[in-house]
Amino acid sequence: MSSRLADSIAAARKSRKLAFLPFLAGGYPDVPTFVETLKAIAPVADAVEIGFPFSDPIADGPTIQAAFADTLSRGIKVKDIFTAVAEARKQVKTPLIAMVSYSIVFRYPLSKFLEGAKACGFDAILIPDLPPPEAQAVCQTINSTGLDTVLLVAPTTSPARRRQIADLSTGFVYYLSVTGITGERETLPPELADGVKMMKSLTQVPVCVGFGISKPPHMQQVAAIADGAIVGSAIIKRMQQHAGESPAAIASAVATYCQEMTSVK
Amino acid sequence: MTPTLSAVPDATGHFGDYGGVFVPETLVFALEQLQAEYDRANADPQFHAEFEYYLKEFVGRPSRLYLARRLTEALGGAKIYLKREDLNHTGAHKINNTIGQALLCKRMGKQRIIAETGAGQHGVASATAAAVFGLRCDVFMGAEDVRRQNLNVFRMRLMGARVIEVASGSKTLKDATNEAMRDWMGSVEHTHYIIGSVVGPHPFPMIVRDFQSFIGRETREQCLAIEGKLPDVVVACVGGGSNAAGMFYPFVDDAGVKLIGVEAGGRALELGHHAAALTAGRPGVLHGSLSYVLQDDDGQTADVHSCSAGLDYPGVGPEHAFWKDSGRVEYVNCSDAEALEAFKQLAQLEGILPALETAHAFAHIAKIAGQMSRDQMIVVNLSGRGDKDCQEVARLLS
Repeated sequence: MSSRLADSIAAARKSRKLAFLPFLAGGYPDVPTFVETLKAIAPVADAVEIGFPFSDPIADGPTIQAAFADTLSRGIKVKDIFTAVAEARKQVKTPLIAMVSYSIVFRYPLSKFLEGAKACGFDAILIPDLPPPEAQAVCQTINSTGLDTVLLVAPTTSPARRRQIADLSTGFVYYLSVTGITGERETLPPELADGVKMMKSLTQVPVCVGFGISKPPHMQQVAAIADGAIVGSAIIKRMQQHAGESPAAIASAVATYCQEMTSVK
Repeated sequence: MTPTLSAVPDATGHFGDYGGVFVPETLVFALEQLQAEYDRANADPQFHAEFEYYLKEFVGRPSRLYLARRLTEALGGAKIYLKREDLNHTGAHKINNTIGQALLCKRMGKQRIIAETGAGQHGVASATAAAVFGLRCDVFMGAEDVRRQNLNVFRMRLMGARVIEVASGSKTLKDATNEAMRDWMGSVEHTHYIIGSVVGPHPFPMIVRDFQSFIGRETREQCLAIEGKLPDVVVACVGGGSNAAGMFYPFVDDAGVKLIGVEAGGRALELGHHAAALTAGRPGVLHGSLSYVLQDDDGQTADVHSCSAGLDYPGVGPEHAFWKDSGRVEYVNCSDAEALEAFKQLAQLEGILPALETAHAFAHIAKIAGQMSRDQMIVVNLSGRGDKDCQEVARLLS
C-alpha cells in the first residue's frame, strides 16, 4: 500500500540516503514557535515526528519530560496541537507522525483522536506504550482510517515479536538504539548494528533508528545499517538554548542543526 | 458454566475489560521473563516452602485476628475483628509481596531490585527483603513523601538501600512510579522492579495479589475457627489496592460475604482534591494497565490529594475495576478528616495506632457497624501500623 510516509522513506532509500526524521514536542516552546519550526525543518526532513505532551511519559528522559511538562502547564490541549499542525500543514508537504501515549488516545477516545489527527494532516500514528497483543486491534482501526502505523522494537525484543511488530507497522519500524529512555548520548551502543541487521533480515518494512542520536557521526553510523534516523532530545535542547528568542530565530537555529545532521555523507 | 470471579486474569493479563500490558516494548522482555519465572516457581514446591518459611519465621505469619472489644462496644453493633497485618515485621502487609518477589528475583539471577514508594512502607519492605537476600536496592520516592515520611526514609537507608528523591510532577507516588519505570527501561536485563501494589502491567497485578492472598486465606480459616462462620462484611482501604486485593480475593467466590473497599476522599470529591479513582474516576490507562484512573478529558493524569501518602495515587489495580463493574465489591470513600478521627478513636479505644491509610477503613466501619446486629461480624484489614504517620498526624491536628 502506498502512502505519503512510505513513499518518502522509499524515495530516500532509492537515492541511497539516510532518511532524517526530526522530532518536535507539539506546542513547545509555544504554539507560534512550534509552527515556525515545523515549517523551517520540513524541507530537510523526510518525515517529522510530533509528540503530544503527556503528564507521565515513562519512555522519555529529562529533556522531553521537561518540554511536555512545560507545555501542559501552559494549558495546551490535544485540540491545540491539531490546530497548530493544521496551520503548518498549509505549507508543509512532509509526512507527519503523531507520537502519542495510549493514555491520551484511550480517553480521547481513539476514533475521535484519529479523526482529529487525519483532519489536521497527520500521516501516521506512533503509540509508544502500546505493544502487541494490545496493539493489534488498535492498529487495524488506525490503518482503516487511512493512517500508517509505526511501532517500537527494542534491543531486548525477541525475533518472534520483531516479526509480529513489523507486520503491524505499515510506516516503518522504530528501532530503539538503546535499552533505556530518550536523551542524547555520547556514543551509540556497539551491538546496534547487529540488532538492526537482524531486524532487517526479518522484514521488508523500513527500519528507522531512534533514541540517543544527536551528532553527525551518529548519523554516519546509522546510515550504514538502517533506513532512517530519528532525532528528538537534541532538537528540544537547541530550542532551550535559544529560549526567549523570536519564533523565527528559534526555528532557524533548529533548521541549521538539522542541516548539519543531514549534510553527513 | 459461569466462570467464577476468581478465575482471572486471562493469559494476556485481563480482568474482564481491565488490566493488560501498556508499556514501551523495551519492558515486554522483562514482563515475559517474570511471567515465565512465576509459572515455574508456582509449580515448584520448593519455592512455596521457601516463601512460607520466610513468611512464618521472618515476617511472623500468620498474623492474628483480634477482636476489637471496646471499638465494638463503642459502635454498638457488629463484632469487629482486626486482621493484624500491622504486627508483621516492618509494620505492614507490604513485606508479604517483597519477600515473594525478591525470591523470584533471585531465581531470575538478577542482583538488583528497584521499587517505588509512597508512604515508605513498600520501600522499607523492599529494603528489608534486599537485606535478607543480599540484593542491591534503589527506592524511588517523591520529594513530598520524603518530607512527610522521614522516618521510613531513615529506615531504608539504615538497611543499605539508596533512596532516590523524585522532584518531578506532584512529587508523590505517581512520579516515583514513573522514575522507577524509567530506571527499569535501562536496567531490565539485570534489575527486577518490585511493584508494591496490584497495579502496573501484567503479570504484576496477579503476582502481587497472589502474594498478598495469605491475608484473606488466613482470615477465612481464623473466622471459621473463632466464630464458626465466614464474616458478614470485610473492609479494607484501597490506594493501589494490594492489601484489599489480598484480603478480598480468597472471599470473592463467597457470595454471602460483603466486601467493601474504602478510598481516600481527601478534602473534597472534586478532581485534584482526592484520590478516589474507583468512586470518582473513569476507565483509563496509567502505568501499564487499564483501570479506573483520575484524569482530565485529554487523558492527562490529574493531581490527587490524600492525607495518607500510601493512598495518594491517581490509579488503582485493574482487578478492583473488574470487581467494581461486576458489583462484587462495594467501593466507598472517606475524607481526610474522617480518617483522622478514626485514627484517634482506634488509638484511644484499642491501644493501636493504625497507618493513616488503614484509618480510612476504620472511618467507614464507624459508619456501618452500628447499623448491623450484634451477632454479625466485620473483619477490617489492619494493613499497617501508624508510627510512621505520627509526625504528620501531629502536624494535621495542630
